[in-house]
Amino acid sequence: MISNRIAATLAGATALSLVLAGCGDGGNGSSSSSGQSVSSLTVLDYYNNDPDKALVQKGLDSCASKLGITIQRETVPGDTLIQKVLQQASSKTLPDVLMLDNPDVQQIAATGALAPLNDLGLTGDGVIQGMVDATSYQGKLYGLAPVTNTIALFYNTQMLQEAGIQPPKTWDELKAAAKKLTKPGRYGIAFNANATYEGSWQFLPAMWTNGGDETDLKTPQVAEALQLWVDLVQSGSASKSVINWTQGDAKDQFVAGKAAMMVNGPWQIPALEKTPNVKWDVVTFPLNKPDQTPVAPLGGEAWTVPLNKDQAKQQKAADFVKCLNSDENELAWAKARFTVPTKTALLDQYVKEKPSMKAFTEQVRTARSRTGKLGDKWPEAAKVIYQAIALALTGKASAQDAFKQASGG
Amino acid sequence: MANATLTRHDAAASGPEPAHRRRGRRHRGEDLTKILFVLPAALAMIALFGYPVVKNLLMSLQDYGLRTFFTGEAPWVGLKNYTTVVTDQLFSQAMVNTALFTIGSIAFQFTVGLALALFFRRRFPLGNLLRSLLLLPWLLPLIVSSATWRSILEQDSGILNRTLTGLGIIDDPVPWLNSPSVALIAVIGVNIWIGIPFNVTLLYSGLAEIPEELYEAGQLDGATGWLAFRYITWPNLRAVASVLLVLGVVYTIKVLDIILGLTGGGPANATQTLATQSYERSFIDFKFGEGAALSNILIAISLVFAVLYLRATRRAVDE
Repeated sequence: MISNRIAATLAGATALSLVLAGCGDGGNGSSSSSGQSVSSLTVLDYYNNDPDKALVQKGLDSCASKLGITIQRETVPGDTLIQKVLQQASSKTLPDVLMLDNPDVQQIAATGALAPLNDLGLTGDGVIQGMVDATSYQGKLYGLAPVTNTIALFYNTQMLQEAGIQPPKTWDELKAAAKKLTKPGRYGIAFNANATYEGSWQFLPAMWTNGGDETDLKTPQVAEALQLWVDLVQSGSASKSVINWTQGDAKDQFVAGKAAMMVNGPWQIPALEKTPNVKWDVVTFPLNKPDQTPVAPLGGEAWTVPLNKDQAKQQKAADFVKCLNSDENELAWAKARFTVPTKTALLDQYVKEKPSMKAFTEQVRTARSRTGKLGDKWPEAAKVIYQAIALALTGKASAQDAFKQASGG
Repeated sequence: MANATLTRHDAAASGPEPAHRRRGRRHRGEDLTKILFVLPAALAMIALFGYPVVKNLLMSLQDYGLRTFFTGEAPWVGLKNYTTVVTDQLFSQAMVNTALFTIGSIAFQFTVGLALALFFRRRFPLGNLLRSLLLLPWLLPLIVSSATWRSILEQDSGILNRTLTGLGIIDDPVPWLNSPSVALIAVIGVNIWIGIPFNVTLLYSGLAEIPEELYEAGQLDGATGWLAFRYITWPNLRAVASVLLVLGVVYTIKVLDIILGLTGGGPANATQTLATQSYERSFIDFKFGEGAALSNILIAISLVFAVLYLRATRRAVDE
């Protein structure tokens, strides 16, 4: 968490200097002979920790053997991936297959670094619209994500039972439940409202479900969503430290029994399973008004093909991405890695085989992508969102004024 | 490399040639030797200091963004990056925070450092051991210190609030890192803790330089205690102190890791400084041009103090 941030700083600094060093030797990349049959592909991703690292490797290996090639895979820590990509881009050493977090795909595609997949025989047919939006840029598809994730509400079944509370379905119920579950040494709910993109991501279920929209952040719907965060913190149902917490910190609080509920994603499940005495379940994020539908943000990573002068290699890389997005691999990865397949046709079968992922799968059906509407302008909106959250939670602005102030208006 | 060249020249110089010409050659050989000795250092300076500074200056005049890495295009935009960062709503706050952070850190690091150095000047059992223990904060990696302090300062379960409430000094936990009005103070406090060893070490060695006779002579004139400090210690320590203060400013003004580790510039931008802003623009927004512009402003401020430092050391040598 914290060390990650600093590691990113250091990596950033070194990446920049490496980039500068790389500037000199011009563009003589893609040294492989074209026209020949392709025997190997290079792959870059950020699944650098087990169990994900090994599970992803399995999928990559099976596709490699199907295509009759070998792969050379490199993994880097999550928050250094973009810097690594920039460094490789300027030294023309991008890999043949590149994994990107889905909100980054459009930004990288906008630089002209990626090959449009439509021309290479890939389509987004059958994939959740939100994910296709995220991985398309100016009408062309630049990446495909086999699996996705989102966030929902985890709750400690024991604590709710003791307090005689049902899992909350509306914001009013959520506030009441959080208040009732708060005891000395324990908060009702933990979430992450820190001033990073992660803090914006956690705010989106409330904002989108209530009809708020990133194209206009000064609407009452957005302010109401922010008021929910403010109410939870000011009533003492959530720690004031949420403004510094990461999602990992929220999970730690939940595991330690210091929070009865938390907003978090399914990637925390392996960690939760390490403490079997904490019994938990998951429900979709509560609604402000009962007639709303939950709208959560889509997470997960897309696999892309950087432009390559070697046509044969580029085509092979696209075939590889296609194989990763086969029904078979989507289901295998989803089941093993607590993620959700991106093809809508697979969802029913998936929930049947993996009932514990029901709430997340429900969220995914109606979920949206962060970059669906704003494209490569999303980071600016995300910044306004997390700044506004910080202003409101620290009492420097009311929920109504926070977005105006954060956007500098 | 240098050796090989040298031998070749020696061989040439000892050839059968007229005496004066030989001497000329030898002179030239000596000049070459001198240049060769300087060359590695000069090359290292140009590669490690000159190039980044020039590149940073150029970058601050360019629209250097994400796209640049892929296309190599970075159009010239003149001073636009500078006007953008200076007119930003956070700029004045970052300037004020940088000033408060630097002045607050230095003032306390110096006074506490001086007090401790004076204290350790007296000889007492375990004095040396204690003095070396004081160096510990300096030896810890900053990532470790900031992570540790973050958990110490945690509002609900941090050990500091627990202790203070346990002792009955405060009734409610202090929101050290959670309140915009307290966070900067907390961050400065941690930075003071980190900077004290450096100050103690330099001031202690400065104190050790002051001859004991001065105090003995002073005692005869009635200069003891505060008077001895005022008229003997301080005048003799001034050169060290001025160097220390200027170095402290240059080191403190660019502090990034501690702030990122503790608050990340928050809450609500309460601990944003020029350094964190520059980092954010470059490595989060990927607007490297604007980040470079901010860091150049930072470099310019440091430069003023670096010039002061050079003048202070020159005067110290003259004395």
